[in-house]
Amino acid sequence: MTANKVRGPVIHVQGLEKSYKELRVLRGVDFEVARGSIFALLGSNGAGKTTVVKILSTLLKADAGTASVNGLDVATQAAEVRESISLTGQFAAVDEILSGRENLVLVARLRHLKDPGTIADDLLARFSLTDAGARKVSTYSGGMRRRLDIAMSLIGDPPVIFLDEPTTGLDPQARLEVWQAVKELAAQGTTVLLTTQYLDEAEQLADRIAILHEGRIIVNGTLAELKQLLPPAKVEYVEKQPTLEDVFLTLVGTKA
Amino acid sequence: MSKHFFTDTTVLLGRSLRHITRSPDTIITTAIMPIAMMLMFVYVFGGAIRTGSEPYVNYMLPGILLITVASGIAYTAYRLFMDMRGGIFERFQSMPTARSSVLWAHVLTSLVANLISLVVVTLVALLMGFRSGAGVAAWLSVAGLLILFTLALTWIAVIPGLSAKTMEGASAFSYPLIFLPFLSSAFVPTDTMPGPLRVFAENQPVTSIVNAIRALFTEQPVGTDIWIALAWCVGILIVAYAFAMNTYRRKIS
Repeated sequence: MTANKVRGPVIHVQGLEKSYKELRVLRGVDFEVARGSIFALLGSNGAGKTTVVKILSTLLKADAGTASVNGLDVATQAAEVRESISLTGQFAAVDEILSGRENLVLVARLRHLKDPGTIADDLLARFSLTDAGARKVSTYSGGMRRRLDIAMSLIGDPPVIFLDEPTTGLDPQARLEVWQAVKELAAQGTTVLLTTQYLDEAEQLADRIAILHEGRIIVNGTLAELKQLLPPAKVEYVEKQPTLEDVFLTLVGTKA
Repeated sequence: MSKHFFTDTTVLLGRSLRHITRSPDTIITTAIMPIAMMLMFVYVFGGAIRTGSEPYVNYMLPGILLITVASGIAYTAYRLFMDMRGGIFERFQSMPTARSSVLWAHVLTSLVANLISLVVVTLVALLMGFRSGAGVAAWLSVAGLLILFTLALTWIAVIPGLSAKTMEGASAFSYPLIFLPFLSSAFVPTDTMPGPLRVFAENQPVTSIVNAIRALFTEQPVGTDIWIALAWCVGILIVAYAFAMNTYRRKIS
């Protein structure tokens, strides 16, 4: 924590406001994300999570407030910001007609990297997609598509990655695969900002959790800090039943 | 302009061209409708239409070529719409890539795809008896005019491609464009049309373009038609480009 404080936050958002015509989506959003951490932006549908991500990834301009990524202002230094980030949007942004490998090569070439073929092969191996690499993406399952999507975001090793609802619409197994990939990213020092509407996802992954509600961050803290907001836990004896997820995962025999 | 504009555009052009080679049906369907019309007009109606001494296929090919382009650009709007909807457009826009390359790659792809369709339709016309004594310069002029026309219509197609809410909406704009040649000198001479229709037919862009191409094919003097045709194409191109760029800027800000 001390080291992070010395180097300062990698994402800095202050007083962010954004309206779509009459609808005030963001009404003054403030938060900071420490370098190398996983930060979860939690909120219900329509809370404005995607709007925050779009502003940070230079796809949308804020009406008021400031935001910086890696020390660069998203409004005035947008091109430089794009060198430091990668966006994995709400829907797997992959080219359905190309193969998985071709998708990776395409992104590597657009990031002007040397040897796109090797980069693609390495990522295919890392995300267990080597066998499917030559196949058209339209034949992939939802989980494979998401993995490819995340792999595409890692090309060029950007220090900050935005994941907008990375597990929405995925089955439990695919969800665990994505969680594993996100944890590995953070372990390598990449800063991850993820949005989610699943509470357990934030609980599983995030170092800090912020809740976005009616255009503002209403709480921001570690899981332990958030839990302290409620009255202390009381001891109750409950029969431990397996959850349906436990049953499902046991029956289909996943490694996780 | 970004320093990577040309390399990025080339990479993205390669991507879209790969789409076309993997689903060649987009070129075949683009060419099939004008070919079907050509068969119908030449063998069904052609015998009853008086246009002069030359074979009717010679008379109507210029109009058919314009219809080919008008139906071809529907796919340009479609491909752009699919990129918008799938989120890959946003991915490209959030990368350190020359931003306008995404648009230019689609425009150049449209040009390539339409030129292929035009060649296919022209070859079928040759099989059906189309003949021209035009020299290399005249053929190049025809090609130049068709390229300009394709670019003008392509930039029109970019607008619904960027702003449509549904797939049908993205391609519906091309129907009136496909219909426009029927209200021109493309299939019948305009002198038999009733007053107001004739005024419209004689003064809309298709007539001057068709007349200019027909004159080039038949080795007649192109007269003022070619200048009117060029003015229409360049004018439409500039206006459509301005509107398309405006729509694009609103999308990325």
